[in-house]
Amino acid sequence: MSNVGIVIVSHSPLVAEGTADMVRQMVGDEVPLAWCGGNGHGGLGTNVEAIMGAIDKAWSEAGVAILVDLGGAETNSEMAVEMIGEPRAAKIVICNAPIVEGAVMAATEASGGASLREVVATAHELSPA
Amino acid sequence: MSAETMTKLDLKALITAVADKVAAHAEELTALDQAIGDGDHGLNMKRGFEAVRADADQIAAKPLPEALKAIGTKLVMTVGGASGPLFGTMFLALGKELPAELDRAGFATAFGKAIEAVAARGKSEVGQKTMLDVLYPVQATMAAGASGVEIVAAADAAAEKTVPMKASRGRASFLGDRSIDHMDPGARSVALLVRAVVETAGEDA
Repeated sequence: MSNVGIVIVSHSPLVAEGTADMVRQMVGDEVPLAWCGGNGHGGLGTNVEAIMGAIDKAWSEAGVAILVDLGGAETNSEMAVEMIGEPRAAKIVICNAPIVEGAVMAATEASGGASLREVVATAHELSPA
Repeated sequence: MSAETMTKLDLKALITAVADKVAAHAEELTALDQAIGDGDHGLNMKRGFEAVRADADQIAAKPLPEALKAIGTKLVMTVGGASGPLFGTMFLALGKELPAELDRAGFATAFGKAIEAVAARGKSEVGQKTMLDVLYPVQATMAAGASGVEIVAAADAAAEKTVPMKASRGRASFLGDRSIDHMDPGARSVALLVRAVVETAGEDA
């Protein structure tokens, strides 16, 4: 699929899965989508290995936009992107946007075939400068 | 620490000592984190260093830079929370920056660069009630040629100094003024790691 992929990373698997449900309802299967949440040991948190797996699952040659919730999700996502390394890392962007609204807006933009830059810009419009 | 004194046996002993220290203080770290964070720091650190301990033979068989990178990767994958990438980055960067001719000054310089990598990863700086508030003073003391005992004292004193600080990075920053009067768990963890390393490596550290 040539549309930009969306990855949702929350501390809570329930939040991540619920956000993904909302995205699916908006855009169907037009956009590669994956989510992860939880620390991998049954608790709240985020986990680098799971994030790398979600990026693989939602991978698109057009790139992947990641939506995160709290700080640790961002730090772990940055680490995951770094461990994936180039050339793929250059096509992955972590969005500065609220996770639910950001994911839905970014996916809607992506479903129309927008570039990674456009998808990320749409998500960023949701955050106060 | 010289390349000669840092034998494979030493590295395994260091890994064991650090894992023992973290395990012995896991409850204390968790209690600190319950006060100002999400209460899982001790458990997370213990899980990470137990995973490193499980691979100690394999890790200790590698050249030191590769061993440090293996430790860092293991911590990234197993610690979880924001601490995984932060502590993991410290070891990954140290492995990357370590000079071929390892002497004390070279180690201190590489350690300084590793701390910068941690600061970049956490988008943080000194004075924000984080692990950096111990890392920087430890590096400065080491670079100034202090003894192992003095380095441990500097680490403990620096961790104490995080008590009156108001957190402005990490989960504790959500608490604002309520983060004051608690020691930062990450700062305490660094002080424990420093103590374990110095106790094991002695004045070679």
